[in-house]
Amino acid sequence: MGFLKNKDLIGLADLEKEDIGLILQHAKSFREVLNRPIKKVPTLQGKTIANLFFENSTRTRISFELAQKRLSADSVNFAASSSSLKKGESFKDTVRNIEAMKIDCVVMRHPSPGAHIQLQNYIDSVIVNAGDGSHEHPTQGLLDIMSLLEVKKKLKGVKVAIVGDISHSRVARSNIHGFLKMGAKITLCGPPNLIPMDIRELGLDINCDINEVLSWAEAVNVLRIQRERQGTRNIPSVREYRGLYGVTKERIERLKKEIVIMHPGPINRGVEIDSDVVDSENAIVLDQVLTGVAVRMAVLYLLLGDKPQGL
Amino acid sequence: MEETRKKLLDSKEIDNSLKRLAHELAERIESINDLVIIGIRTRGEFIALRLAELVKKISGNQIPTGFLDVTFYRDDFRERLIQPQIKGSSISFSIDGKVVVLADDVLFTGRTIRAAMNEIMDYGRPSSLALAVLVDRGHREMPIKADFVGKNIPTSDIEHVVVRLSEVDNEDGVYLLKHD
Repeated sequence: MGFLKNKDLIGLADLEKEDIGLILQHAKSFREVLNRPIKKVPTLQGKTIANLFFENSTRTRISFELAQKRLSADSVNFAASSSSLKKGESFKDTVRNIEAMKIDCVVMRHPSPGAHIQLQNYIDSVIVNAGDGSHEHPTQGLLDIMSLLEVKKKLKGVKVAIVGDISHSRVARSNIHGFLKMGAKITLCGPPNLIPMDIRELGLDINCDINEVLSWAEAVNVLRIQRERQGTRNIPSVREYRGLYGVTKERIERLKKEIVIMHPGPINRGVEIDSDVVDSENAIVLDQVLTGVAVRMAVLYLLLGDKPQGL
Repeated sequence: MEETRKKLLDSKEIDNSLKRLAHELAERIESINDLVIIGIRTRGEFIALRLAELVKKISGNQIPTGFLDVTFYRDDFRERLIQPQIKGSSISFSIDGKVVVLADDVLFTGRTIRAAMNEIMDYGRPSSLALAVLVDRGHREMPIKADFVGKNIPTSDIEHVVVRLSEVDNEDGVYLLKHD
C-alpha cells in the first residue's frame, strides 16, 4: 500500500511502523533528487501550501519551504508577527480566510498543544504539524529516525538516550513515539523536575545520571536547554546544568567508545553540549538538516500526491 | 472473469532479441564511446544491464549504466490502483554530451517514456536520446517511438503483456495475458 492512513500528520503517536517505513523509503529517493543538478521534481505542481508559523523558526520553516519548492508546489508564508493577528483577528478567522484562497495544505507551528486538532475543525485542507507547544514535532522525529538509521543500518534494539528538558520538549515526545515504534530502546536523562515520571508507561527508562546514560547509549539526542527557563526556577543556572547534564568533551572522551551525537538545533554551545563534541566526526547534526528537507518532501508527497480513484 | 496466459517468448528467444539489439546499438551508434544506457525501473534496469554487457562483448567498451525511477514524473497516478514500489533513481555519472539510450521492457502508451525523458533532462544535457525496448505492444497515446525494438507484439485492449526476468522473477519469459 503506497499511502498513509491519515489525511493529516499531527503526531508520530498516530502513525504505524509501516507508515514510518513508507515515509523513510520515499525520503531516500527525495534525497537523491537533492543531489541532482536540477533539484526539482514536478510531482506537486499546481498544489498550494501555506506555512503558518505562529512561533519563530529558522530551520523548520526554511526546510518546509525548500521541500515544497523542490516538489514544484507553490508556497505562501504567514508570519504571526506581521499579520492581522496583531489587529485582533482570531485564529479561526485567520485560518478560514487562508483556506478560502483554495489552499491544499497548511503546515502550522503553534504554541498551543493540540492546535492542529482544533484546526481540523475549521478547515478541510491537509494539515501538517510543524510543532505544537510541547506536544509533538513529527517531521523532526522522522528525520531523527532516518539520520540515525543511516549510521546504524537498523534501529531494533538500538540504545538511544534523550538528554535535556523533556517536559517542555516536543522533539523528545516525537522521538519517543517514533523510536519506540521502530523497536529502539530509550532512556531519558535530565533534571528530575523536568522529566514527567509517568512517561515510563510508554515503555522506556529514566536515569538522571548522565555518565551512566552515556555509557549505556549508542546514540544520544541532546536537547537544547531553553535559556528562558533559567529565570523561572526550573534550573538553578546554566552552569549547574552543564555540570550535571552537559554532554561535555571530557564525558565523551572518558567513554572510550563511539557514540552517535544528535541535536535538533539550535545549539547552545558550551551549555548542553560542548563545541568539540558537536563538531566531532560522530555528530550527525548537519546530516540531520539535509535529511530534514528530504523527509518533509516525502511527507508532503504522500499526503498531497494524487490518489487513484476509489481510494 | 477468466484469464488466459500464453507464453510468447522463452529465455532463449529473449536472449536472441537482446543480442540482436546489442548488435544494432553497436552498429547504429556512431560515437560508441559516448554511449550510456539508462534503464527504467523496475525491469528496464535489468534490460539495461544485459544490453550493456552484450555491447561490451561486441565492441569492447565498458558502457556506463544508470537507472531511473519515474514515479515522481508520472501523469497517470489516477489510473493505477496499486502504487508502484519506489526504488529511486541512480545515475552516478554526468550525461552531458552523451548518447543516452533509455531501456525498458515493454513500450505501450508511451507515458512512462515521456516521464523518463522529462526526468533525464533534469540530470543534464545529453547529445541525443534514443529508446530501446524488448517488446513494443502498440497503442501509443504519446508521440513516442522506439529506436531499437526486440519484438513487435500487436495487442488488443483486453490483453496485457508481461515480462518476467530471472534477476527478479523465477524465470525469463514474455507472456500475453487476456481477460475474457
